Amino acid sequence: MRIPCPFCGERDLSEFIYLGDAALAMRPPSDAGGAFGDYVYLRDNPAGPHRELWYHAAGCRSWLRVTRDTRTHVITEAAFACPGLADGQQ
Amino acid sequence: MTSQRFSIFSLAKAALTGHRTWTDHWRKAEPKDRYDVVIIGGGGHGLATAYYLTKEFGVTNVAVVEKGWIGGGNVGRNTTIVRSNYLLAANIPFYEHAMKLWEGLEKELNFNAMVSQRGVLNLCHSDAQRDAFARRGNAMRMHGVDAELLDRDGVRALAPFLDFNEARFPIVGGLLQRRGGTVRHDAVAWGYARGASDRGVDIIESCEVIGFLRDGGRIAGVATTRGDIRAGKIGMAVAGHTSAVAAMAGLRLPIESHVLQAFVSEAIKPLIPGVITFGAGHFYISQSDKGGLVFGGDIDGYNSYAQRGNLPVVEDVCEGAMALMPMLGRIRLLRSWGGVMDMSMDGSPIIDRSPLDGLYLNCGWCYGGFKATPASGWCFAHLLATDAPHPTAAAFRLDRFARGAVIDEKGQGAQPNLH
Repeated sequence: MRIPCPFCGERDLSEFIYLGDAALAMRPPSDAGGAFGDYVYLRDNPAGPHRELWYHAAGCRSWLRVTRDTRTHVITEAAFACPGLADGQQ
Repeated sequence: MTSQRFSIFSLAKAALTGHRTWTDHWRKAEPKDRYDVVIIGGGGHGLATAYYLTKEFGVTNVAVVEKGWIGGGNVGRNTTIVRSNYLLAANIPFYEHAMKLWEGLEKELNFNAMVSQRGVLNLCHSDAQRDAFARRGNAMRMHGVDAELLDRDGVRALAPFLDFNEARFPIVGGLLQRRGGTVRHDAVAWGYARGASDRGVDIIESCEVIGFLRDGGRIAGVATTRGDIRAGKIGMAVAGHTSAVAAMAGLRLPIESHVLQAFVSEAIKPLIPGVITFGAGHFYISQSDKGGLVFGGDIDGYNSYAQRGNLPVVEDVCEGAMALMPMLGRIRLLRSWGGVMDMSMDGSPIIDRSPLDGLYLNCGWCYGGFKATPASGWCFAHLLATDAPHPTAAAFRLDRFARGAVIDEKGQGAQPNLH
């Protein structure tokens, strides 16, 4: 599996570290009660397209938001995770 | 139909008649309209659940629905290791329950599952790791489980072929559970299927669940590719696909699906006496009775339903192999494969009622499901039959995450790819 980093180009999987579902970037306030527990522990875990966070640790050290099919490992999209964060979108 | 009993006499008789007299091990059942209990998933856990439901809890109107064929899922994809060398009080009695059931399994099922208590040896490579092993061994012994802490010479006596001169990760000792070992995984599926079928359980293969039938707020049955089946209670034992099946009922669970690869080499003469694990990386190896070296390591580490992994983990596993046993560089790999794991958020399983009436969960086994098979079946059957958790599985509750009562053997937190 290779991940097309928007900064470095297509790079080998071994350069990246996986965090998980892209929804993890949307941390609720710490006083959100049950919603915070759901954020920490519950996952959609779909069999199909999955938006997820990867860190290019052995490359440009950017956080990426990658769309990948969990049934085939085919990657359809990879973008910087941070611009979206700054816009408050995700 | 009751299948034949295996004995020295039946074997001799069959041998003298050209082995033409053996019958099928289980009936090819057609789905009925209704059962008291329907188990989704005809893997080891589902079949064991059905077996113990009929044998121990008197629930006889039971079906197991399987989307593929018996033995084609994770029960045939694991590395066949059984052990009960856990640290936490929530885990030890459960896995020891499993170990005791393994010890009596072949007599119980009248089936040769090749249960071989050849020992499981975890190697340690630093003083800190030896201290942690001493703690784990003491926890095991306090629960009545066998454990021995070996020094370097003790390890050398058992496995003189290991690399004791490795400068970076010297072997300083090991934790040995002599009662651990290996079990022929296919035979476990076949044996439980045969035992359950003989007791009247309908095992329905090529029958995929495509939805749930509801009766008000209650789950009242399953819609399958072979028609609707109504049930008093429905138990899910679907290994890596728990989230996908639960999503049909509208549930989100504390689980990610990950792919774990395993490997087997060409067959060689007897070399490795038991199961050996490398403590400085993640690598474990044993030798099958056929002679192949069976080994594996870490999960790939990203969500996957693909049943195949990628090369970085293959490389990592081989590095572990070379660090432990440099002679393995000369052996050829026969095949590798992947299985999909239910990685839970604390590395421990869930055997519990779901928030929906009528639906019960048996999931989150991470990559330790095979060793748990008999106890998982027993405890899930107990839950389905009595609506109360079995004492040895009482901690495996779904709400433990919300309560902060996680069972985190490795202390990694809510990061499933690190468990």
